[in-house]
Amino acid sequence: MSQFSSVALPQVGSFVLLLALALGAYSFLAGAFALFLGGKEGEYLGETARRAGIATFAAVFLAAVALVTAAFTDDFSIAYIFHHSNRDLPGPYKFAVLWSGQEGSLLFWSLLLATYGFVLRLRYKTDPRLFAYASVVIAAVQVFFLMLLNFAAHPFAILQGQLPPDGSGLNPLLQYPEMVIHPPMLYLGYVGFTVPFAFALGALIMRYPGEKWIHITRRWTMVTWGFLTIGIFLGAHWAYAVLGWGGYWGWDPVENASLMPWLTGTAFLHSVMMQEKRGMLKTWNMWLIFATFWLAILGTFLTRSGIISSVHAFAQSSIGAWFFWFLIVSLATFVFFYVQNKSHLRSEHKLESMISRESSFLFNNLLFVIACFTVLWGTWFPKISELVQGNKVTVGAPFYNNVAVPVALLLLLLTAVGPLLAWRRTSLESLRRNFMWPALGGLAVGILMMILGVRPWKDVAYFYSLMAAMLATLVMLTVISEFIRGGRVISRHTGFSLPGSMLHLWHRNTRRYGGYIVHFGVAVVIIGILGTPFNRDVEKEMGFGDKMNLGPYTLVCQSYTQDDNANYSNEWAIINVFKGDQQITTLYPERRLYKASSQPQTIPRIYPTYAQDLFLVSDLYIVYEGRNDTTGQPIIKAHLNPLVPWIWTGLIVMIFGTITCLIPNTAPLRATVPARVQTAPVVGAGD
Amino acid sequence: MRLSSRPKLKPAAQLALIGVALFTFLGVGDEDARFKDIGHHLMCVCSCGQVLLECNHVGCQYSDRMRNELAAALDRGDNDDLTIQSFIQKYGMTVVAAPSTKGFGRVAWIMPFAVLLAGMGTLVWIVRSWRMRPAPALADGIRPVKGPELERFREQADKETDL
Repeated sequence: MSQFSSVALPQVGSFVLLLALALGAYSFLAGAFALFLGGKEGEYLGETARRAGIATFAAVFLAAVALVTAAFTDDFSIAYIFHHSNRDLPGPYKFAVLWSGQEGSLLFWSLLLATYGFVLRLRYKTDPRLFAYASVVIAAVQVFFLMLLNFAAHPFAILQGQLPPDGSGLNPLLQYPEMVIHPPMLYLGYVGFTVPFAFALGALIMRYPGEKWIHITRRWTMVTWGFLTIGIFLGAHWAYAVLGWGGYWGWDPVENASLMPWLTGTAFLHSVMMQEKRGMLKTWNMWLIFATFWLAILGTFLTRSGIISSVHAFAQSSIGAWFFWFLIVSLATFVFFYVQNKSHLRSEHKLESMISRESSFLFNNLLFVIACFTVLWGTWFPKISELVQGNKVTVGAPFYNNVAVPVALLLLLLTAVGPLLAWRRTSLESLRRNFMWPALGGLAVGILMMILGVRPWKDVAYFYSLMAAMLATLVMLTVISEFIRGGRVISRHTGFSLPGSMLHLWHRNTRRYGGYIVHFGVAVVIIGILGTPFNRDVEKEMGFGDKMNLGPYTLVCQSYTQDDNANYSNEWAIINVFKGDQQITTLYPERRLYKASSQPQTIPRIYPTYAQDLFLVSDLYIVYEGRNDTTGQPIIKAHLNPLVPWIWTGLIVMIFGTITCLIPNTAPLRATVPARVQTAPVVGAGD
Repeated sequence: MRLSSRPKLKPAAQLALIGVALFTFLGVGDEDARFKDIGHHLMCVCSCGQVLLECNHVGCQYSDRMRNELAAALDRGDNDDLTIQSFIQKYGMTVVAAPSTKGFGRVAWIMPFAVLLAGMGTLVWIVRSWRMRPAPALADGIRPVKGPELERFREQADKETDL
């Protein structure tokens, strides 16, 4: 089997990749020609293009299967497998080899795009002509990635020279369970934005009447956004749990690359409602979805071309030129079709008041785009500085913390206020009525924090934390008050209990109230982040029985022990954790030495203190850093990171909210009360 | 009496005063705070991409040495500028974690806020110009609607009010 695979897999993989390119090219060219041709002939030709698109998926899928099989059969004749796997690599990581390196991750990207295209082409009967246009756009993007795979970053390239007995192994940093799911989630997000973009461009080219393309892509966009959100947070959690520095976001260009399309994608999710409800912002939405697609590609260009330094592994490679030209061609294509058809994108309504849902969406979009610009600017500035003054500068966390945080706080304020505003116009009296209690709640939290010792005048970071706490509270109270107000209305009309009415309220408009749940989750995430200025850490050489104090906790070193397996040898410390006299847990921070790559790796242990402080929970984060070269004593570093567990809780709330947005609405209940009552102004300003 | 006869400050002015008072106290700190502050404005040069005080790599060749150098500079009584300059001379411009607020580096800081202000201004202008647009003229007063047209309006109202 091994001998068979070593002969056949590279050839099979290479052949199906080439076949996929031919099929993809046919799907694009024949599809485009069929649309140009029109009529019965065009219809027949378009059908062959659709089937070629489906066959492309089959071919790319086979290529991915061939690469994964090569990893499982240790086929080191394939250079990619040699560089990213080894015989003793555990099974799940051999599967993850598919996206652990440059060539494999591009194949994975192509596979996901082909899968999205496959689903889209199967569902073509929803609107055959619009789907045909979208299918052509997706085929064009697919052809680019398949050209890249066939001619610039071939995953089945043969290793030159003698066949090695074992591979170099997977990067130890990637040997962590989350790395098996983080990249697929992130890529599902990146690639997924191609679908709404394809529909948008298709609708623009064919001057599609109405907003049907938005209705068709609504779920695609939500799902894609959900995947990207999960991917970004999983990446942050991976950095937190693996890198051992006690942080979760380092403003590295690769992290920034994932954040940029997320920001514009989030703006699109909001502004698209303006187009659905009021027929406004059509041009803006078109540009926004294009920008989201384009930024996903730009991020890939930045991080894989080597043009911007990054700690991530993809940095130096020769595929940058391909991405550069793809970016130029896609921008030119979009601009061409936009200029040709922009008259089709006129607004149907005008804005009636500054205090309205519409204007809040406008400002929300502006802030999202500014946040995206700030991240893009910070990522590019080292290169710009090098071009202008000849020397590179670093743009690290202090820049982003000072520039991006104020924008984020403004966004948080809008997140609180926006839902309270009605479409068209809102009276100041209504705004004051709905806003007063949440605002007082936010203020109370601010005062409480100051009483507890937060001194915003001592450090700007404390000031930001205080503001973030107040605004996050405001957002949460606004969401709760919206549910209660709407629930009361339904309860009055139907006689249901308040909780039952709130549930019914959500079920009647899952998208709106699911969106509020997402807002609530964002506020919870913000609460998790605002603990950062209060992080503490200590470091000490610890022998048996040595103690180290950190906040209210005492760490006592019980012992050290070692182990060995085929993949790595390891040593870990056994640390007992006490609060007062009571032992609350034992932690086992670990240090590994991976055999294939001879690379060391620390595995921190994290204990969230839910049992000790439910609301003001902290992470007790212990790292075994290794031994002091001089004394031979083990070094333990401990961090106490307040509120961090809320970040991951917030993500769960956000994802729950996103899922609830996807559930279809139920029909409104018929009220059984007299007509006079029905006509009363029953709902808050937000409605 | 004289005080009470003065006109009351507007809420916005009161807020501004509180803001000024808050920021007046910014930057007050002791030696430890200075170490933390400057240490968070410098990068570790081991290529980890992390701020000096957050580099935690096992066997890092630079972070301990750099931290000791920082502590020594503060012990000598060097001011913040001098300390950072000595690091720049030794490790190059990239040792500073954020662009300078002087020279071309200032552009990095100004640009996002300039774009934000320009964006806000443009948005306000767009919103105002939209509001100035003349409303569609009605023929002779309000025309009563009924039948399918009324249904269409009801649907639109449902769509726009959500509930």
